[in-house]
Amino acid sequence: MKPAPFDYARPRDLDAALTLLGNNASAKVMAGGQSLGPMLNLRLAQPEQIVDITAIDELKLAEISGDELVLGACITHADIEDGRVPDVTGGAMRGVAANIAYRAVRNRGTLGGSLSHADPAADWVSVLTALDARVALRSTSGVRQVALGDFIVGALQSCLKSGELVTAVHVPKRAATAQWGYIKTCRKTGEFAHGQCAVLIDPTTASARIVIGALDAAPVVVAEPAELFGGRIDANYKTTFDVRVADRLLGDAGIVDAAQRHIHVTVMQRALREAA
Amino acid sequence: MHGRVDQHQGGQGVGARLPRKEDDRLMRGRGQYVADIRLAGMQDVAFVRSPLAHARIRGIHVPEIYRDRVFTAADLVDVNPIRAVSGLPGFKISEQPVLATGKVRQVGELVAMCVAPTRAEAEDIAAAVVLDLEELPAVSDMLQARSPGAPLVHEHWGDNVFLETNFEVDISAALDAPIKVSREITTARQCMAPLEGRGAVASFDHRLDQLTLHTAAQMPHINRTGLAECLGMDQGRIRVISPDVGGGFGQKGILLPEEVCLSWLTMRLGHPVRWIEDRRENLTASANCREHHYKITLYADRNGKLRGIDCEATVDSGAYSSYPFSACLEAAQVASILPGPYVMPAYRCRTFSVATNKCPILPYRGVARTGVCFALELMLDLVAAEAGLEPGEVRLRNLVRPEQMPFDNITNKHFDSGDYPQALQRALKAIDVDALRARQARGEPDGRRIGLGVSIYCEQAAHGTSVYAGWGIPMVPGHEQATARLTPDGGLELRVGVHSHGQSMETTLAQVAHEMLGVDVANVRIILGDTAMTPYSTGTWGSRAAVMAGGAVATACGDLGERIRRIGAKLLQQDIADVEFVGGEVRGVSGSVTLREIAHTWYRRPQDLPPDVDPGGLEVTSGYKPQRDSGTFSYAAHAAVVAVDPDLGTVEILDYVIVEDGGVLINPMVVDGQIFGGLAQGIGTALYEEMPFDAAGQPLATTFADYLLPGPTEVPAPRLDHMETPSPYTRFGVKGIGEGGAIAPPAAIANAVNDALRPFRAELMRSPITPHRVVEAVIAAQDAGRAAA
Ligand SMILES: Cc1cc2nc3c(=O)[nH]c(=O)nc-3n(C[C@H](O)[C@H](O)[C@H](O)COP(=O)(O)OP(=O)(O)OC[C@H]3O[C@@H](n4cnc5c(N)ncnc54)[C@H](O)[C@@H]3O)c2cc1C
Repeated sequence: MKPAPFDYARPRDLDAALTLLGNNASAKVMAGGQSLGPMLNLRLAQPEQIVDITAIDELKLAEISGDELVLGACITHADIEDGRVPDVTGGAMRGVAANIAYRAVRNRGTLGGSLSHADPAADWVSVLTALDARVALRSTSGVRQVALGDFIVGALQSCLKSGELVTAVHVPKRAATAQWGYIKTCRKTGEFAHGQCAVLIDPTTASARIVIGALDAAPVVVAEPAELFGGRIDANYKTTFDVRVADRLLGDAGIVDAAQRHIHVTVMQRALREAA
Repeated sequence: MHGRVDQHQGGQGVGARLPRKEDDRLMRGRGQYVADIRLAGMQDVAFVRSPLAHARIRGIHVPEIYRDRVFTAADLVDVNPIRAVSGLPGFKISEQPVLATGKVRQVGELVAMCVAPTRAEAEDIAAAVVLDLEELPAVSDMLQARSPGAPLVHEHWGDNVFLETNFEVDISAALDAPIKVSREITTARQCMAPLEGRGAVASFDHRLDQLTLHTAAQMPHINRTGLAECLGMDQGRIRVISPDVGGGFGQKGILLPEEVCLSWLTMRLGHPVRWIEDRRENLTASANCREHHYKITLYADRNGKLRGIDCEATVDSGAYSSYPFSACLEAAQVASILPGPYVMPAYRCRTFSVATNKCPILPYRGVARTGVCFALELMLDLVAAEAGLEPGEVRLRNLVRPEQMPFDNITNKHFDSGDYPQALQRALKAIDVDALRARQARGEPDGRRIGLGVSIYCEQAAHGTSVYAGWGIPMVPGHEQATARLTPDGGLELRVGVHSHGQSMETTLAQVAHEMLGVDVANVRIILGDTAMTPYSTGTWGSRAAVMAGGAVATACGDLGERIRRIGAKLLQQDIADVEFVGGEVRGVSGSVTLREIAHTWYRRPQDLPPDVDPGGLEVTSGYKPQRDSGTFSYAAHAAVVAVDPDLGTVEILDYVIVEDGGVLINPMVVDGQIFGGLAQGIGTALYEEMPFDAAGQPLATTFADYLLPGPTEVPAPRLDHMETPSPYTRFGVKGIGEGGAIAPPAAIANAVNDALRPFRAELMRSPITPHRVVEAVIAAQDAGRAAA
């Protein structure tokens, strides 16, 4: 299990990284290497050029700007877990970070890597979708921002174009009235989840973002959340939640196995029950 | 024979809780494993392996630039295939070419060998070799493999059955029993997943005219014998060295085709070569284990007394018969060990060792016992439910009683000693069954369901010549030998043919030597794992090392002690009858002489020795076998309390009690360690580990992301209680104990889960118990309930 030969560069500034990426269609970004490393070793990825972006200071910035938090792509899970970066989510992100994989993985794994890798069971993928975050993308030909729900297009698929990087994640401030719940179920500590649901629900505005992850595809953002609660989201949402509607929703999402649906529905119910 | 000779000799002998001597090296990262060995001019090997489970090889295309770096079966014409034949009647022989010829029969089978200065470059070459394969229909399900019309793994057999056995004691006598429960029970295919994978470094020593193979192996002498047969070499021209080994568990008890390939290659190229297995190779292409299927019926009276067992067991042996244990040891053992310590008048068991297009299997810690225990103990809980008894009670009514010892069970297994009911009663008391039933009735605030499961296992260990001669496999253990040698400064060197890869032999054998000679364990060196330095032995397997090597060391030290005493008597100028050897010195009425002085005199000042001294000197090789070689029986009662979330399917182990009887314990702390490690593996079998294959025979768990092992948060600290019923047949009353920890947990945990789910009428009869399977079982039971209503 040794990678195929590749060239390696660790530029100090973003433009140099973008130039390297732009010049070689077979170049690949490496951030924490926690997913890319195994893929290289298994020769599932055989890039000619690796561009290690962890020496670029700009990608490690973290600041609150107006109503949102901007986190550089190379912020690690541990940075968030340890509270080394500001927070606008009422502690939601910190709690999530602390339960990603194991500490060794959290020390290296990054936000940008996690989102770009687009594993359907990755925590940030569904959590930041529920928090309505956007990603900032950059290439030599320009910058753009994409809502996370649009960024992840399928299992292990994002809308990143060749030569493009995630530079930052923009997380909107959580409203004081919004309640947050997140549950995942894993076969063992540190494993990717096989059931995952993130809920940001606000009875005062009768709105909710409910995201079901750990499917075989991109996370499902429940389009009409009110349907799950008999047509209305209010302070009684924990009891009005209708498991039959949720089950049908998962069936519509293509999950034919009844036990799998039951686990996903249970996780959803508990995320709602936990929301606070 | 048993009992303590030594409590007074400084507390280092048999029974002392000494910290492990080897830990000083291993815990500081100073162990030396195969991958640490560097030889001048050494190059790395990577193999081209079959990507298909079953295919005819039409061609192997090697790029011109790599012609002298790639070797195929066409080059290895003088190498014999690996043959592991069992003498049991009807056994069908598989020939495993070390590099595939004609066709490939499993994913991962070796097709070509590529050599380069580094492993990465060797992998580059391997990636450039193109295989032209004609895919054949594969068979990856053992029951399907047994049915007519299945693709044939070895065409000339006419079917896919390595061996079928049948054992019966009057099953007709059980058929009218009022309780009859039948089920199908399955255990998953597993990988043993030692921390260190396989690996080998081969080189040739022209001075000694000797091939040297460093390999991570449990039984280096057996590897040498097998290697010599494949290479057509005299055994004296081969030296096998197994250095530190990072876990074996059975997976390193095999002659690997890779070892034969590397040995051939170093002789062909004239420089050392090495192959270090990577994790993907270990998971997908090394030996697997444990895949059993049972169709089983238990017959009992209303009071829960067993009337008989009727069973048909199938074991998936994979494509080839592994050397030396063969493809049939596991299944054929099922028939003989299924009844275990339970008393019954009738029994029938048919077994099938089935060939499939998968990796061969090897006996994994516990061998067939883990599957057998799982099947029988799950069924006993069903009998208990039918009879309206507590699971503990049903077992107490059927277990062999202490006054029946020694006891020959229905398959003629000879149980040497023990008090099985007491072990169970102690476990039930520790777990507090009444309190638990009350808690179950109250229910849990979080909605989870609590369950209690018990299981009993017994482990036949150190079974010797009489047992293995019957299997007729390439390896039959005889007398175990040890060499004890005093060094000129009074230190002790012990050479033994077993190996130590987690068993702590460097500590426990030193304790045995201390018991016999009073030498400080710090001054005892244990030399293992090298065919050039140690007496021939079948090695470390079958929980035999403490009994066999421990007995051999005791015998050799005893003989050496006698020589020491004789020289001491001469030096003291006393009659041999008037001196004794205690506390590391020879004492007589006139004074004493220390071991160190005796050694110094023998080696350095022979002029001081009397002329009629025994010329054998201070080095002795002696052999040992227990009085009976039918094996020692250690056993335990396990009791588990679990909480099951019926909606998520998760299982948490809340409490785990083990009451263990391993005979006289040489080092109770080492035994605790063996049990902890075994428990972790048993939890893996129960809840996590599974190597699935698709219909085309592709292994699906190719990394540890898919092959789940329990980690620290999944393994609770058990509560351990020891009983110490000596074996009447072995030195010190020791019993083999290395495997037991891994045998009983799957059954105890499954029984606990089923107990928890009984209100739902849900039942799980296969391992591992995954969340998906739990939820599936609950839903199935609810659907069945609705259909019935
Ligand atoms: C044992 C283990 C367990 C894990 N368990 C979990 C878990 O429970 N939950 C979870 O969410 N995650 C888990 N992970 C994943 C981990 O959290 C990492 O976040 C993830 O591997 C990717 O982050 P990384 O920085 O290591 O990215 P890398 O491995 O360096 O890169 C991953 C991919 O993203 C691309 N990439 C990286 N950064 C950028 C960027 N800024 N712009 C564009 N493309 C980029 C790379 O080219 C590559 O394709 C686990 C990983 C391991 C090894």
